Amino acid sequence: MTASGEGPGGGSRAEVLRRVREALGGARGTRPPVPRRYARRLTDDEAVNRADVLALFTERVADNRASVRHVSADELGTAVAAALWGREAKQIVVPADLPFGWLAELDGVRALADTPAVDVDTLAAVDGVVTGCAAAIAQTGTVVLDGGRAQGRRALTAVPAYHLCVVHADQIVGTVPEAVERLDPARPLTWISGPSATHGIEMVRVEGVHGPLHLEVLVVED
Amino acid sequence: MPKFAAAARSALADTGLRRNLRGGIAAAREREAAAAAELGGWDDLREAGRAIRDAALLDLDAHLEELERAVTEAGGTVHWAADAAEACEIVTGLVRAAGADEVVKASSATTREIGLTAALARAGVTARETALADLAVQLGDDEPSHLLSPALHRDRAEIRELFRRTMPAAGPDLTDDPAGLAAAVRVHLRERFLRARVAVTGANFLVAETGTLVVLESEGNARMCLTLPGTLISVAGIDKVVPTWADMEVFLQLLPRSSSGDRMTPYVATSTGVTAGDGPRAFHLVLLDNGRTRALADEVGRTALRCIRCSACMNVCPVYERAGGRAYGPVYPGPIGAILTPQLRGVDSAADASLPYASTLCGACADVCPVKIDIPDVLVHLRGTVVESRRRRPVPPPELMLMRGLAWTMGDPRRYETALRRGTRWARLLSRGGRIRRLPGLLGKWTEARDLPAPPSESFRAWWTRRRP
Repeated sequence: MTASGEGPGGGSRAEVLRRVREALGGARGTRPPVPRRYARRLTDDEAVNRADVLALFTERVADNRASVRHVSADELGTAVAAALWGREAKQIVVPADLPFGWLAELDGVRALADTPAVDVDTLAAVDGVVTGCAAAIAQTGTVVLDGGRAQGRRALTAVPAYHLCVVHADQIVGTVPEAVERLDPARPLTWISGPSATHGIEMVRVEGVHGPLHLEVLVVED
Repeated sequence: MPKFAAAARSALADTGLRRNLRGGIAAAREREAAAAAELGGWDDLREAGRAIRDAALLDLDAHLEELERAVTEAGGTVHWAADAAEACEIVTGLVRAAGADEVVKASSATTREIGLTAALARAGVTARETALADLAVQLGDDEPSHLLSPALHRDRAEIRELFRRTMPAAGPDLTDDPAGLAAAVRVHLRERFLRARVAVTGANFLVAETGTLVVLESEGNARMCLTLPGTLISVAGIDKVVPTWADMEVFLQLLPRSSSGDRMTPYVATSTGVTAGDGPRAFHLVLLDNGRTRALADEVGRTALRCIRCSACMNVCPVYERAGGRAYGPVYPGPIGAILTPQLRGVDSAADASLPYASTLCGACADVCPVKIDIPDVLVHLRGTVVESRRRRPVPPPELMLMRGLAWTMGDPRRYETALRRGTRWARLLSRGGRIRRLPGLLGKWTEARDLPAPPSESFRAWWTRRRP
């Protein structure tokens, strides 16, 4: 498809590129070296071993004003159910490929699988959503979803007011560079660090505008 | 648009506004300083950020072509706009083609720069701002005053009054509790999000290598814009390009910590072209020049294009803290606006030409800039550009006439000594208690904000001549 009917790219493609080349003149095409002396891994002050990484993740998720709990693999079903009861959730939506065991203990909570895709009105009406994640970052307390296994499409976590995210301990990396290295930008990524918030009034941070008002993270230790 | 000094005058007289500004940006300043200090090697990260932005800009044509190829391969469409009018025309055409008469918009200084909302309105399309502060600015028919927090000039009580007046569902019980105001915005816009067929957003970064659009936000409105409507249109300056996905590891640390002071912005959404079964079915990227190549042609000025729009410079600026953002004109406030706006728009108008002077050159902005833009250096350079541009005008500006007069006077020792003697006599007549409070005529502008010490009764030259044997 062309933009404004002047061949591929259309419009002012040629003109803009010509201006760029003219503006750069002799400097054009130089790529100055990029010094990458910054830390790519956590420092020893932040974490010495794996347990420290998990502890840092937990601390930082809590700093982001999300709830966080550690559970063992065989407690997960109970923990998911307990979290949903705690929110008095009656109906939730889940990705079609969410592991069955995560919801095995649900009693009195109806889980709608996103297959076929639920419509937006249903998404807005449900009490919450349960997903897994693709990676998590200890230093920033972030979970990253990439639409892969147990995560579903992006709208599932954008609309409902409550998001319960299950993180397996081995998915947690230390730093942002480690996460960027592990993630595939061809997939749609959503990095989530706490509930929806705004600095829109007097630059004071307030939780809860358009996105999920509550984020709860369950860390599964094997 | 008035000159900076004139526009700042009303803001300076508004004590309520100054209180809002002072409180808001002091807190932001502290958060940012803490977030930068916590991360070891902050300066190494800034140095990498600077170098990556330079590498992106100095090979910009190649990066733009690579970006276009990657976006197209991922199922998106790239459009090129030489100026604001062309960009608005492209977006309007796309919205019409999608059959929509309303679009949802996520914060974007770029769409404000091109006046997109007004252009869409002329075509019968309503553009709804969705971020809380942008909505407050739109509902109040107001101008934004800060990059991160556009309604910073309004306090919570004013925002409550505005919402009570303009949001039918908010009701008279709405208090000025910020959480309650945020909840009112959620309710007000929910239906519009669910029904929207077209979303318009800006971009924080465009990754050339992969064709990836990267948007950082905190409220969740941009996430909904990126996923719910069937058509997504993103308008981005050609300067938003970064070469590789790996480069994002630097900016995803620099931007959150410099902007809101968070370790990570609550939401980072990345989107590459179109994904089957997830999000929009059509993605359009509008690449905008609108003066950026003019800035790029200036070897000193082009460093302003490194900017990642974090707003740290305005939070440390003593001039911004007092004058507020609206004095800088409608789009880019603060120190970065003072160097970006005159380059994007040129310095022909008196208002744009006044911006490089809206600074004390204290250098605080350069110290915090995450991509190390030497803002004072560019300001001084642009002051030179302003003076040069006025040199050949038919009627020379007063400053130039004064300088020419001084050059003539100081070009000859006799003329200089005579002028010195007469000047001293007049100056001493004007002084009271050793200070001159007001100079006559055009010189009076200089004494508007400061006193001039009275000159001594005898000049150095006169004294030197007298003491020689």
